Amino acid sequence: MLEIEIDGKKLTVPSGSTVMDAANSIGVHIPHFCYHKKLSIAANCRMCLVQVEKAPKPLPACATPVTDGMKVFTHSDQAVTAQKGVMEFLLINHPLDCPICDQGGECQLQDLAVGYGQSGSRYQEEKRVVANKDLGPLISTDMTRCIHCSRCVRFTEEIAGYQELGMANRGEFTEVLPFIGKTVNSEISGNVIDLCPVGALTSKPFRYSARTWELSRRKSVSPHDGLGANLVVQVKNHKVMRVLPLENEAINECWLADRDRFSYEALNSEERITKPMIKQGGVWQEADWQTALEFVANGLKGVIAEHGRDAVAAVATPHSTVEELFLLRKLMSGLGVDAVETRLRAADFSLKTAGATWLGQSIADLAASDAVLVIGSTLRKEQPLLAQRLRQSVKKGMQLAVINPHGDDLLTAKAAELVVRPDQLVEGVVQVLRALAEVKGIALQPNIENGSGDIPAEARAVAAVLAGKEKAAVLLGNIAQQHPRYAEIYAAAAAIAEATGAKLGVMSEAANSVGAQLVGAETGGDVFAKPRQAYFMLNAEAEFDVQNGAQALAAVQKAKLVVALSSFSSCALEHADVILPVSPFSETSGTFVNMEGRAQSFNGVVRPLGETRPAWKVLRVLGNVLGFAGFDYTTSEEIRDEALAGEIGPRLSNALAAPVAVKAQAASGLVRLGEVSIYQADMLSRRAPSLQKTADAAVAAQLRANAATLAKLGLAAGDRARAEQAGGVAELAVAVDAGLADDVIRVSANHPLTRALAGHVAAITVAKA
Amino acid sequence: MTVYAKGVVFEGVDFDNPNHWRLEEYVKRGGYAALKKILNEKITQDEVIAEMKTSSLRGRGGAGFPTGLKWSFMPRNFPGQKYLVCNTDEGEPGTFKDLDIIVSNPHALIEGMIIGGYAMGITVGYNYIHGEVFEAYQRFEEALEEARAAGFLGDNILGTDFCFQLHAHHGYGAYICGEETALLESLEGKKGQPRFKPPFPASYGLYGKPTTINNTETFASVPYIIREGGQKFLELGKPNNGGTKLFSVSGHVNRPGNYEIPLGTPFADLLEMCGGMRGGKKLKAVIPGGSSAPVLPADIMMQCTMDYDSIAKAGSMLGSGAVIVMDETVCMVSALERLSYFYHEESCGQCTPCREGTGWLYRIVHRIAHGEGRPEDLDLLASIGDNIAGRTICALGDAAVFPVRGMLKHFRSEFEYMIEHGQSQFAALS
Ligand SMILES: Cc1cc2nc3c(=O)[nH]c(=O)nc-3n(C[C@H](O)[C@H](O)[C@H](O)COP(=O)(O)O)c2cc1C
Ligand code: SF4
Ligand code: SF4
Ligand code: FES
Repeated sequence: MLEIEIDGKKLTVPSGSTVMDAANSIGVHIPHFCYHKKLSIAANCRMCLVQVEKAPKPLPACATPVTDGMKVFTHSDQAVTAQKGVMEFLLINHPLDCPICDQGGECQLQDLAVGYGQSGSRYQEEKRVVANKDLGPLISTDMTRCIHCSRCVRFTEEIAGYQELGMANRGEFTEVLPFIGKTVNSEISGNVIDLCPVGALTSKPFRYSARTWELSRRKSVSPHDGLGANLVVQVKNHKVMRVLPLENEAINECWLADRDRFSYEALNSEERITKPMIKQGGVWQEADWQTALEFVANGLKGVIAEHGRDAVAAVATPHSTVEELFLLRKLMSGLGVDAVETRLRAADFSLKTAGATWLGQSIADLAASDAVLVIGSTLRKEQPLLAQRLRQSVKKGMQLAVINPHGDDLLTAKAAELVVRPDQLVEGVVQVLRALAEVKGIALQPNIENGSGDIPAEARAVAAVLAGKEKAAVLLGNIAQQHPRYAEIYAAAAAIAEATGAKLGVMSEAANSVGAQLVGAETGGDVFAKPRQAYFMLNAEAEFDVQNGAQALAAVQKAKLVVALSSFSSCALEHADVILPVSPFSETSGTFVNMEGRAQSFNGVVRPLGETRPAWKVLRVLGNVLGFAGFDYTTSEEIRDEALAGEIGPRLSNALAAPVAVKAQAASGLVRLGEVSIYQADMLSRRAPSLQKTADAAVAAQLRANAATLAKLGLAAGDRARAEQAGGVAELAVAVDAGLADDVIRVSANHPLTRALAGHVAAITVAKA
Repeated sequence: MTVYAKGVVFEGVDFDNPNHWRLEEYVKRGGYAALKKILNEKITQDEVIAEMKTSSLRGRGGAGFPTGLKWSFMPRNFPGQKYLVCNTDEGEPGTFKDLDIIVSNPHALIEGMIIGGYAMGITVGYNYIHGEVFEAYQRFEEALEEARAAGFLGDNILGTDFCFQLHAHHGYGAYICGEETALLESLEGKKGQPRFKPPFPASYGLYGKPTTINNTETFASVPYIIREGGQKFLELGKPNNGGTKLFSVSGHVNRPGNYEIPLGTPFADLLEMCGGMRGGKKLKAVIPGGSSAPVLPADIMMQCTMDYDSIAKAGSMLGSGAVIVMDETVCMVSALERLSYFYHEESCGQCTPCREGTGWLYRIVHRIAHGEGRPEDLDLLASIGDNIAGRTICALGDAAVFPVRGMLKHFRSEFEYMIEHGQSQFAALS
């Protein structure tokens, strides 16, 4: 510990602290631009110059290490003169037209200029003008305003993992640029907007649509991946205008993924449905709520009376809240219906665990691991911010290993990597297990078949990463969870965890995957394989939210009654019989339980659009209409307290309830690797126009294979190919993906271009179109 | 350029012999004897560094930092790789001595670096050579090959277990790459931008490893010191200013060129060696240490001796030893305009005061030089300078301000005249 005195206040700080750290710890504000607690120290803006006793010159607080007995003056004449001098330099080439700048009102330069600037400018020369840059659909530029703090550059390199921005040229000709002809394509790129202290980088979708002082700030929780990023939703006239991160070090730190940040565009989409609708004689008609609810109640009762309660299934995506899923379950039990399912993207429903599957530890604990093995995941796209956290952990020495059906770059070092065919994921995991058993001299569990053949060196390397680590984790991603042999993958992964003392974790696919399990909304299995007479669908779109979308679509089209509780009309209009407009997350209160088992409740940030109603209220009234007892809730909190009664912790468990037989299988022929692409994952991101213009969205429209496979098929990059699965056809542009094993055809799933296809991991045929 | 006076670095070099730079000739005039002496007599690392300290050799790159002391900062028992780097970026306007060293006596530099590597326990070195010279670069590569072939460089030097690899690296043609930490960034393949110090290169240098950087002339002086002893070197010059030093004399003298003379030589003697003023004109002013050094008027300069202490006392710096001589026809406003343009053009742009301030300084001086000066400009220049100097990441910011301060201190009236009359009082003369 070191002693330091700042503006007369004495304090002690750990050695290695900077003067800025020390000042922050006692709430002394030192003006700054380039300094950011999550980024490396650049010390280039010089705004933080302070006086240090015995130092002949003012020193930058952000980069000056504290020495014992140091005395710092942040407001002395020397310090303030230096700070004012820097401010003058920053302003000489900065446009002084704040009224037309999109950053106006939330600009650090503007704020500090009030305290440190002069009223008139001594600069009488010509001002600099800098050409704007095309950074893609999300980030707008006004580069003349750039103050060269390099925060954006450091962010792309250090946090996003790939330097997509750089500083070209010298001196006052220095410009922030993307690589020539390239845009900024990171899945967490929007953070540079928050980092930029001036109006050089602003939000393209939000641009010029409102002033910060016109917006009210409301807290919320991201409805996308299983992390549960905390949000500040900014609202004007009952409309969501913008989404920013709410800092929560335990979860999203100060970041947001682009999906969290920009999907709000869908909230204001033309496709929002705002009145209940009933289809009669093939014609859609608006209805009042009472009529619509009675139609639903009677319809359900009618189907059950005629075909029995097994003829009805309720499906919901795990992006639905705890309250919604709990009431859905309760409503269905009232009707005697068992089948309530949220694992819509699953292909294997056989896994049984002792509790709700989860990360197995807190996000912060995971980040402090010595080694992490990720199995079956396109990590950066499934969990953008978790991937970011692990990237930082790797910098601090964590070793990251992967077993994957692709070689995607994690933008951080992989200590070991085993790439397999997607239908050999089980076998890949077993190979690592065998390698571990060999090293440790232990036998495989009797239920796990000890496949034959040599253990590949890559599998041994993966095993070596985990072996002997104090704090290790084995994580299962979406590819594993959506795999037709999920239970086997899970069992083999659990065996690896057991053999190495690692914690087994499931990276929840959606915002409320854990909550869905806690309320028991997983009782249906594959409800579309054997078509039902009636489907009750909450926030779910058959062709986009169900693994075999084509099969699901066929099933709902054949059903007698399809009730859709949805915020959007588009898909529902095609196959539903009645649509009840329900609130997206921004218009309802509710709770999501994230992957670490943390329940996060939120309130609606705007009032429901038109006659839209929060789904929990709709389900409650439906319970009343059906005459069920126990549907008298007045607030969502009452529902939550009933749904999550008691502590959550003890109800989380990744322990297998029964052993799973893991059998080695051989595989050959073309196989599909189908993943749901990042901006196709849920109803909102699918409808956010700006996200749909990103590079990630473009990749999702391609058919990818390695060069050898393409050559074998007579295809080349740029060709159009016709992929066929179970009679469904998709025509796609061809691209090379060198990271795939031979004979693997990577075609994204649940995409407008591919929705006619079947299973994510299944045989596929491909020909030139 | 031509070398007119020979001291420690060019000792015994016969420029008329076209092979003078070759290893064979270097050995004939006593080259590699210092290295052999160290290895044969098993002189310890500490003894080498002690000899360097005795010599009072001060870094020839500009800052004049005592070399022996710098070498002693290197961690001795560091477990990983350490690096030795030579700075042959030589970008300071007026300076052209290092180029002559790698062209005319490259082995002195190579031997000096090998000895440095030995003294600090370093096994890998780089010479970062100015990006806009090509034949000189080739020459140095050839000399490296000779040294390797002769067993002076590489593994198991002269049959001992001492190994030292030395590589040449062609620079990227920016002045800022001569600043030691920008040089390291550039050497790593990044944009040449200075790093914030601390940490200093001795703890966090090339690729984050302990590194010592010295100027070409500094290294080339080392073999003499080891061969003849530090004391003898020191006595060539004067206390605290040991040895001879290369001065690159340019401007209005009859015989511009490199002069390697004892530190402490009166400037008047140097001027005489240069054949006096060109065309018999009067000496007006001298920039005694490269473009970054404040200008000194003739009367002060004629009282100075050429060494670090004397020039510092006179209010300027010996810097890199580039002596820019100006006669009575020179318009100081134009001279400053040229200097300020250079720093405006060469600022790396990283830190605010230098990035924004150098352009501001230049624009004002440019206006004055073009007859558009304003009475308040001179105070403004001084004030901008005060806001740059001492507030930047590297010394380029200071270097941009010193010429302005020097000119305003000694030649303010010329600037005032120009502002008032819209044209130079020297218009007719030049
Ligand atoms: C802007 C700037 C440019 C510099 N250029 C050079 C150069 O070209 N050559 C050089 O040796 N030192 C140059 N230096 C000084 C180096 O940073 C460093 O001090 C020197 O290489 C150390 O070697 P020495 O101790 O042997 O002098 C420059 C410094 C600054 C601030
Ligand atoms: S664009 Fe913004 S964040 Fe990037 S360097 Fe410029 S001012 Fe800083
Ligand atoms: S002082 Fe100038 S050259 Fe040095 S780091 Fe700052 S901007 Fe770059
Ligand atoms: S905040 Fe310290 S130099 Fe920018």
